[in-house]
Amino acid sequence: MKRTSINQISLNSRIKTYLRNPFSLLMLLAVTLAVLITVVVLVYIVGYILVKGVPYLTPSLFEFVYTSTNVSLFPSIITTLFMVAISLVIAAPIGIFCAIYLVEYAKRGNRFVKYVRITTETLSGIPSIVYGLFGLLFFVMALNMGTSIIAGCLTLSIMILPLIIRTTEEALKSVPDTFREGSYGLGATRLRTVFMVILPSAVPGILAGIILSIGRIVGETAALIYTAGTIAQIPTSLGDSARTLSIHMYSLSRESLHTSEAYATAVVLLIVVLIINFFANVIANKFKRGKL
Amino acid sequence: MNNVFDVSNLDLYYADVQALKNVNIGIAEKEISALIGPSGCGKSTFLRVLNRMNDLIETCSITGEVLFNGVNIYENIDVTLLRKKVGMVFQKPNPFPMSVYDNIAFGPRTHGIKKKGQLDEIVEKSLKAAAMWDEVKDRLRKSALSLSGGQQQRVCIARALAVEPQVLLMDEPTSALDPISTSKIEDLMLELKEKYTIVIVTHNMQQAARISQKTAFFLLGEIIEFASTDDIFSLPKDKRTEDYITGRFG
Repeated sequence: MKRTSINQISLNSRIKTYLRNPFSLLMLLAVTLAVLITVVVLVYIVGYILVKGVPYLTPSLFEFVYTSTNVSLFPSIITTLFMVAISLVIAAPIGIFCAIYLVEYAKRGNRFVKYVRITTETLSGIPSIVYGLFGLLFFVMALNMGTSIIAGCLTLSIMILPLIIRTTEEALKSVPDTFREGSYGLGATRLRTVFMVILPSAVPGILAGIILSIGRIVGETAALIYTAGTIAQIPTSLGDSARTLSIHMYSLSRESLHTSEAYATAVVLLIVVLIINFFANVIANKFKRGKL
Repeated sequence: MNNVFDVSNLDLYYADVQALKNVNIGIAEKEISALIGPSGCGKSTFLRVLNRMNDLIETCSITGEVLFNGVNIYENIDVTLLRKKVGMVFQKPNPFPMSVYDNIAFGPRTHGIKKKGQLDEIVEKSLKAAAMWDEVKDRLRKSALSLSGGQQQRVCIARALAVEPQVLLMDEPTSALDPISTSKIEDLMLELKEKYTIVIVTHNMQQAARISQKTAFFLLGEIIEFASTDDIFSLPKDKRTEDYITGRFG
């Protein structure tokens, strides 16, 4: 017997359906347009940066030492990676533990929890330059750290803390209560329930928050100019001043002598972000399939 | 026969709402006791009194006496130990998002068993007791979430058995399952009652009649009637019990 599929709707009948329902047609056009605008803008920006930047990506840009004639961006890559790692090491445990307290330990509907939530929401809305100013006054001057990587990292940690708390909280809340009941029902303590059952299921959500945080750290300039400074050499200690890729780019374009190198830096920045996101996704997927 | 649980003068409140009123009941050893009654009558709440799962609800307050093997479980006892001895199976199958093996081993590991050989043995024994061994022995390392609903529920039963409880509390364990899985679990319960005391909440009166030895009829937070299942279903003493089991309300 010959099969005639009934789910292949002809273009003609589709058009007829849409003509009968003009609002559906309008909606179709609106959503398609939105997608097109997004894609075009994104492709244009990336393409523009690649066209302007790739030709200037010379090997000399990746030399260990920055000089005023050869504005090497290699030291900035190192600094960026350091900054990301140190800031996360400081902020991630505090943020995740804070969220665990809010969701698992505090009584639901507790007033203190409400205040903490309002505080974190407010903090996440503050412009980063305010954090920069705070870092300058507190870490750099009051604590006498000087413009240094550690002052920059501490400032960044405070800045990404609300983000990590919020995303972890959401991730923990989305773990069904039936898991908690199952674990408590077997006589597990709260500690064991949180670490063996709830946290593993929440890992993809927590990682999403960490990826967002990495994005903010890599892209941050305002908060770092005040606190980590703009020295363009490979740092040898946490007390050294150093510049991340974003600040490197900002400095180059401000001096207007090395605009092309600034574009080349943008290309590198793009690639760094892509690589970080790729690895974060790989890790998240492994957790989702329960392989780790 | 000995009573595992002796509950007397139990009142339970959620904030200001009284959910259980003056409950008195004794649960006999190695029997299946069924709790029936319309939705919201307090039977699940009562079940959760027995392993103190209501502790998780902050507004819940309890008065009265609940003796487990003669010891009041609301006075200075280790809740984790109580829940080890009084296992629970929930309405919706809730295996953890980990492998079948890790699901079963979760309880024993919680209570300090670390040796792999010993864990292997417990996992096999528990799965066999839950009539699941042949179905999953080749995929112990696969995620428990990849199993069907009925299999998941039996993994949950195996998980509860793995800590060697004395009592199994089952909160409508088959209401989310198809008839074939349901009958498998009912057969399983009849086998388990040789070794364990089972308290089951069910909406399915045929199920209560098929498997239980004692039945308690709950209505609006009170136990209207508690007697042997045969008596409840053939000669109910209370008019309300009769109305309920004959389907006139509820």
